[in-house]
Amino acid sequence: MTETATRATGRPVRAGTRAPDFTLHSAPDQTVSLHDFRGRPVILAFYPADWSPVCGDQMALYNEVLPEFQGHDAELLGISVDGVWCHRAFAQQRKLHFPLLADFEPKGAVARTYGVYRETDGFAERALFVIDGDGIVRWSYVSPIDVNPGADGILRALETLDARAEGR
Amino acid sequence: MSQRRGTGVLVLPVGDRDHIQGPADAPATLVEYGDFECPNCRQAHPIVKRIQRRMGPRLRFAFRNFPLTELHPHAQHAAEVAEAAGAQGKFWEMHDRLFQRQFALDDEHLITYAEELGLDSGRVARELAARTYKGRVRDDFMSGVRSGVNGTPTFFINGARHDQAWDEEGLAAALERAVAVKT
Repeated sequence: MTETATRATGRPVRAGTRAPDFTLHSAPDQTVSLHDFRGRPVILAFYPADWSPVCGDQMALYNEVLPEFQGHDAELLGISVDGVWCHRAFAQQRKLHFPLLADFEPKGAVARTYGVYRETDGFAERALFVIDGDGIVRWSYVSPIDVNPGADGILRALETLDARAEGR
Repeated sequence: MSQRRGTGVLVLPVGDRDHIQGPADAPATLVEYGDFECPNCRQAHPIVKRIQRRMGPRLRFAFRNFPLTELHPHAQHAAEVAEAAGAQGKFWEMHDRLFQRQFALDDEHLITYAEELGLDSGRVARELAARTYKGRVRDDFMSGVRSGVNGTPTFFINGARHDQAWDEEGLAAALERAVAVKT
């Protein structure tokens, strides 16, 4: 695997630091901003491309685990460099019930601010960030590009967030 | 929190709740998380059968449901019917039938398979309508999510996720390595 050679040049935003805010299109006439979700946990799932097979499995898996994410009042946002029309077709074909955001223009800008853009490939790492209700990154994970990272890490991170909230 | 995580460890050990083939004291335990409507799982089905024949009593095999219901519209009902068959002692017969007849998994066919297998098909139909095994299937699914299942089929060998190829030689070699570690 040439994975290390083509890894993103930046470093993923670390746990404990503020998640960079962004506004991206979720549909041709609609935008979504990270700060819209203040007060609730957000799961950012960066992935390379809409139609590549591993991504399909990953988004299909998250689609099935949505009730558990929602049980933590968390919002799931998928992000790739694909445009809104591509996202729309992909979401319709896979019957996805969460927004896909287009990190399309300038291409990969949000992935760059999170340190997970692969310059030589021109797409994002397969990277997960769990952000708490105050907008602080609490957990992140960058998976090998050809490995679907699953959902267990996200669920554990959300449980830890809940435990912290209760302890406050 | 850590950047890394413990990946691919089976959090729910094989036990009484499982559908199991092979002896409890077998040195190798293979767990499959599968979806009856998934084409890859259909391909894996005869491979697992051949490996079971090759390894005989040295292998214990358990199947757990992992239906991707938005991709596969019949997968959830198929899983529930397999469980309904299990309640009448014929889980594996139904499991085999569903993979062999993956092209016809609508409710009408599912009940026909129950009849063909000599089950009380009225009971199967009632239990399907009542969603009797919905919770059980979801428990299987979530145990897989918790264990790092990331697609179907996902295999675990003696509790560790098998991330390599699941062709016959690849899977058999991994199982033999697991046996060698144990003995």
